[in-house]
Amino acid sequence: MSAPSDRKYLETHEWHKIAGDTATIGITQIAADELTDITYVSLPKVGAKVTAGKPFGEIESVKATSDLYSGVSGEVVAVNEAVNKDPGMVNRDPYEGAWMIKVKVSNPADADKLLGVDDYLKRTGH
Amino acid sequence: MLKRTPFYDFHVAQGGRMVDFAGWEMPIVYRSIVDEHEQTRKSGSIFDVSHMGRIHFTGKDAQSFLQKILTRNVADQKVGQSRYSLICNAAGGILDDVIVSRDSKHWLVVCNASNREKLLKYFHDVRHDAGLDFDMADNTESTGMVALQGPKVLDRVAEHLPVDVKSMKRYHFETGSVMGLIKLTVFRSGYTGEDGVEIVLSAKVAPMAMKMLAGKQDREGATLRPAGLGARDTLRLEAGMPLYGHELTESIDPIAAGLKWAVDLSKEFVGVERLREVEKSGPARKLVGLELEGKRIARQGSPVMKDGQAIGEVTSGTLSPTLGKSIAMAYIDTNLAGEGTDLGVDLKGVVNPAKVVKLPFYKRPA
Repeated sequence: MSAPSDRKYLETHEWHKIAGDTATIGITQIAADELTDITYVSLPKVGAKVTAGKPFGEIESVKATSDLYSGVSGEVVAVNEAVNKDPGMVNRDPYEGAWMIKVKVSNPADADKLLGVDDYLKRTGH
Repeated sequence: MLKRTPFYDFHVAQGGRMVDFAGWEMPIVYRSIVDEHEQTRKSGSIFDVSHMGRIHFTGKDAQSFLQKILTRNVADQKVGQSRYSLICNAAGGILDDVIVSRDSKHWLVVCNASNREKLLKYFHDVRHDAGLDFDMADNTESTGMVALQGPKVLDRVAEHLPVDVKSMKRYHFETGSVMGLIKLTVFRSGYTGEDGVEIVLSAKVAPMAMKMLAGKQDREGATLRPAGLGARDTLRLEAGMPLYGHELTESIDPIAAGLKWAVDLSKEFVGVERLREVEKSGPARKLVGLELEGKRIARQGSPVMKDGQAIGEVTSGTLSPTLGKSIAMAYIDTNLAGEGTDLGVDLKGVVNPAKVVKLPFYKRPA
């Protein structure tokens, strides 16, 4: 199993795609496979604050409910409604169609602490 | 070291994701749980259930031993007939739920994989303490077992089976041989709420038999496709069937679990005195079905609430693929267990409205 090299990661399987001062966050295929069929995603509203290392939402599958973590601090500037309407998209298209939130990053140095793809894969045993 | 069933290579070849289940390496999913679930309801699925215990009993006291430990009466069970039964401890708590089958020369008990060791030890102890004369053989690892479940299964496989499965009644079984080589014992039973069969065969011929039944490679649109333990769980839950470790444990009696029909209180068996008491006074809590508002899933252990008080606990929950609703089974105070009662399920601090519904959630069309 691999993961895209155009983004950075948390060990808890959230990918972060950084462009300027905006981070787009979602979860990896590895996480989606582990959860099996996703039935519900609970995301924050636009304007909500997120904190690096703290959960920003919840994801639920037939198998389990898990927290979604942000690796950066900032303000939510966009939320992907498509994921709310069709949670199964996270299983099918976790890296593009099923992005979850976009965050305006308040402290750019947070992104430096995120893992590169090789580290992420190694630390999660893939 | 995890144990592997005779179908391990088949699972890996078909893309099964393997996990540890009761010490066995089993496929939890191949494509997606919902896909495999819907395939079973609409067409047919193949489940590897080889991990379940298969114990043979023979000898002079085999029948009286089974009569002593099973809640079900076996004295009037005919050759070729299978019955669902519980095994209880002296306090009436459930040690396991099993299927007992009477063959011409032996009895077969099929038990949960997680309880096999516990039961074997218990059987040894009972045999010793009661001084009974019978033989017990654990045939789990020398055999395999597959379940073929779904409305199109019988039409699809009947011609490949060495027995007249279409004429076979539910909960009956027969043994035959394919090409004189592959001996199959075919049971018309299952754990999904669909029609179908379960087949026991020797571990040696298992891979060959699987090729015959499933074909070489799975493909979209196939009538019969592999399904994993994830779908097995969502299917049985929709069908209102209990799972040991969730609805059934040593702290729960069969009457609370709604399984009085599998208990013969007029018989003498281990635990019967306590069960007669429960029957007389009524159980304090009973197993019900719940339908939750919304799509959040109730998990085992989620408290069931009424007016701010915890009055029960969830044992299993899922988002029902067939019904599109969040469903759960729970033990709740008997006085609140009436159909339609409004309750709530505490999901991590948020109380989600729910109401009591009749079990099963799903019944296959006649």
